Amino acid sequence: MKRLFPILSAITAALLAYALYQALVVAPADAQQGEVYRIIYYHVPSGWMFMLLFSINFVASIQYLVSTKPSRQAAAKWTVIGVGVVGTIVTFLPQVQVQLKSAGMRPSAIATTVLAIPVFYFLVGKLFPGENLDVLAVTTAEVGVVFCTIVLVTGPIWARPVWGIWWAPGDIRLTSTLVLWLIYVSYLMLRRFSNSAQMQVLAAALAVFGALDVPLVYFSIWFFRTQHPQPIIGGGGSIDPRMLHVMMLNGAAFLCFGFLVCWQRFRLELLHREIEAAHAMDSLVGSGVAAKASLPLNRSPQ
Amino acid sequence: MNAVKFLIAAYIATWLIHGVYIGTLVRRFSRLRRELRDIERQK
Repeated sequence: MKRLFPILSAITAALLAYALYQALVVAPADAQQGEVYRIIYYHVPSGWMFMLLFSINFVASIQYLVSTKPSRQAAAKWTVIGVGVVGTIVTFLPQVQVQLKSAGMRPSAIATTVLAIPVFYFLVGKLFPGENLDVLAVTTAEVGVVFCTIVLVTGPIWARPVWGIWWAPGDIRLTSTLVLWLIYVSYLMLRRFSNSAQMQVLAAALAVFGALDVPLVYFSIWFFRTQHPQPIIGGGGSIDPRMLHVMMLNGAAFLCFGFLVCWQRFRLELLHREIEAAHAMDSLVGSGVAAKASLPLNRSPQ
Repeated sequence: MNAVKFLIAAYIATWLIHGVYIGTLVRRFSRLRRELRDIERQK
């Protein structure tokens, strides 16, 4: 395991460098926007990353909340299976297909997404049992906020030369993304500053409500009039195949990078909890070490 | 040319944010490792 991280880091660094070269040199310039459009190669993959990470956070939080009672676990399991099966069937109903197509969505893309929900749910529960669910939740929330911050910074930098404004007030895509960022920042603040023994449960509940904003962010450009362009994959927008290739390459590079960062953040949280447990044990046996403890229980490392 | 500076700014901002975050992770790791060493020494 110790060797794996440096090897994966080297591969990811090479992939990021190659993706950067493709984005800045190989990809053709945009006929309307010129060179500035190349911001898309960092803006969009960062968007994919935060949506993926907040979705994992949502699933981990749900699993953590229901893990206290077997009856809740069973109810959640069957609800998720129901959502996957019913959602997929509904997507293939002729009336629904017409509506989806008129909104610029591909029914197959929606069906795949809906079917992925139960798969994702059971995979997270299997790979991260018990307290690891809470560790995963805090990890994905923190790294997700980093990627969301990048989207909120690169978006206005791109908008200024293209739209002539830094921010479109009232635009639902922009506003819902900002609200999502604020929710997850407050989630991290809660975890950082709350001393309550119920903090993890409170944070998980906040994450579940916060994640409800993720579909709003994602689908806002389909269902509302917005300044933001249409999606280039699975929606009404279109993109040159050479540009799409570079986009997917950058997406893969960001995915690898995000995975490595999450891996280290996960290890950090485990180490933090190990130290907390050691302090708690010392307090119990009264060896005096607890008096020197600088990290109170239920606090994230600074 | 004027628009290129926005492109450069966006790419720099992205890596600056990642760099700052990775820096905080490294700092937190070293602090926790130090704390763990202290605990082990006192045992």
